[in-house]
Amino acid sequence: MARLNLLALQVFVAIVTIAIWYVLSTYPVFGKIVLPPFFFSTPVDVAKQVAAWFASGVIWKHLWVTLLESILAFIIGSIGGVLVGFLFALLPRLAAVFDPYIKMVNALPRVVLAPIFTLWLGLGIWSKVALGVTLVFFIVFFNVYQGIREVSPTVLANARMLGMNGWQLMRHVYWPSAMSWMFSSLHTSVGFAVVGAVVGEYLGAAAGLGYLIQQAEGVFDVAGVFAGMFVLAAFVIVIDFVVTLIERRLLIWRPAVGDQRP
Amino acid sequence: MAETAAVALNEVVVAFRVARGGTFTAVDRATLRVADGEFVAIVGPTGCGKSTLLNIAAGLLTPYAGGAEIFGAPLAGLNTQAGYLFQADALFPWKTALDNVAIGLEIAGTSPADAKPRAHEWLKRVCLGAFADRYPHMLSGGQRKRVGLAQVLIRDPKILLMDEPFGPLDAQTRQIMGNLLLDLWSADRKAVLFVTHDLEEAIALSDRVVIMSAGPSSRMIGDWRVPLPRPRDIGEVKLSPAFHDLHREIWHSLKAEVLKGYAQAEVA
Repeated sequence: MARLNLLALQVFVAIVTIAIWYVLSTYPVFGKIVLPPFFFSTPVDVAKQVAAWFASGVIWKHLWVTLLESILAFIIGSIGGVLVGFLFALLPRLAAVFDPYIKMVNALPRVVLAPIFTLWLGLGIWSKVALGVTLVFFIVFFNVYQGIREVSPTVLANARMLGMNGWQLMRHVYWPSAMSWMFSSLHTSVGFAVVGAVVGEYLGAAAGLGYLIQQAEGVFDVAGVFAGMFVLAAFVIVIDFVVTLIERRLLIWRPAVGDQRP
Repeated sequence: MAETAAVALNEVVVAFRVARGGTFTAVDRATLRVADGEFVAIVGPTGCGKSTLLNIAAGLLTPYAGGAEIFGAPLAGLNTQAGYLFQADALFPWKTALDNVAIGLEIAGTSPADAKPRAHEWLKRVCLGAFADRYPHMLSGGQRKRVGLAQVLIRDPKILLMDEPFGPLDAQTRQIMGNLLLDLWSADRKAVLFVTHDLEEAIALSDRVVIMSAGPSSRMIGDWRVPLPRPRDIGEVKLSPAFHDLHREIWHSLKAEVLKGYAQAEVA
């Protein structure tokens, strides 16, 4: 019942927002339209645009491209982050040498790399994947690194007293700990994979949701821009839902916040 | 002593380097022998280095001087014949109770198919048969200690090292855990080195109680035999006159050290 109530309220917020948007962009208030459709479009036009995309099926191609880029960026960035994270955590000297460079690259706004990737890799999906990788990599890397270094000393001592050798420590202690940190940042890293893909598309591409928005913007088609944003938002919510399901499955052993027993 | 001791600490010195080139001596020339099958408790005030001594017997720490012998052989590296029950939570949080117990066997090469039923047996022995699928965070503090006990004992170590294992538990649970420990121990009488700050617990459980002085430079200052008959029930043994006499005698010598320990802690 509480859940249904909550859902009703959430839907209510959406309806009110859209209603206000519709009224202000359609009916004049004191002889003046507050949200001129040229700049703000109208909910009806946006809905028509979205419907047209799905009716013609043209949207599926763009969705697929963005999804593919996001998935590839996430997978490649995660593999890289896990490998380097393990390497640095196990070889502190190496980590110390590379530390300033890691910080430097991480501090760099990744958007400035987009033109370079376009030059190197072309207008196809790989320049967007590369941009996503630079975002995902650091999140996964920092979490894996932290996960290995923050293994409880007692758990580690216990593992050694139980007779674990180096390889077994890796498998039963370091790996699960690193994975738990990585999975707990899954929402962030998946989110950044999508950001990398869409921003990359926006800056120069032949397909994808970012490309769609950029094209609409190029011809002052505000309804198209808003429609693209709505499709993107729905796309992100679906992905986030899938991530939540995966996370629940993978982190079953972790106490929920406030559920820790003394 | 003609018989070789299960654990022998010979003139062990534990010292740490501190800033400005000095050294801080935590434990000064501590000597201790634990015979095979003997249950020895080390009691001392907070911060006297009793856990440190245990870590040396486990091989987790190398002494500054002196050394440890395990069944007559000098200890180098980890003590592979010992099981260690830690004070803090040491279970693998990402493994179920069953997997936590089975892991000790699996590491040694037992196949999971063989290890799991045996782990289940052990969970039943510590009265947790119904909790095999629980993860550590779903268990109470006492239940986690039981899993820890099963995890250590399933490997059948010759020596059991225990670092205030029941410290964080409430009084009733401690008593139940103590009886459970004695019950399991009486089956095959391993050598036990049990560290605690609780003198009553030490007397009720052990064959011998060793008292350490307050740190720094703490030493062994007393060694008492506990002449109470076995098998014991901790609740009942604490009511016997012999227990009270011994407790009074030991407390008399421990009290001065406890006060000294507090005084030093306040200065620091």
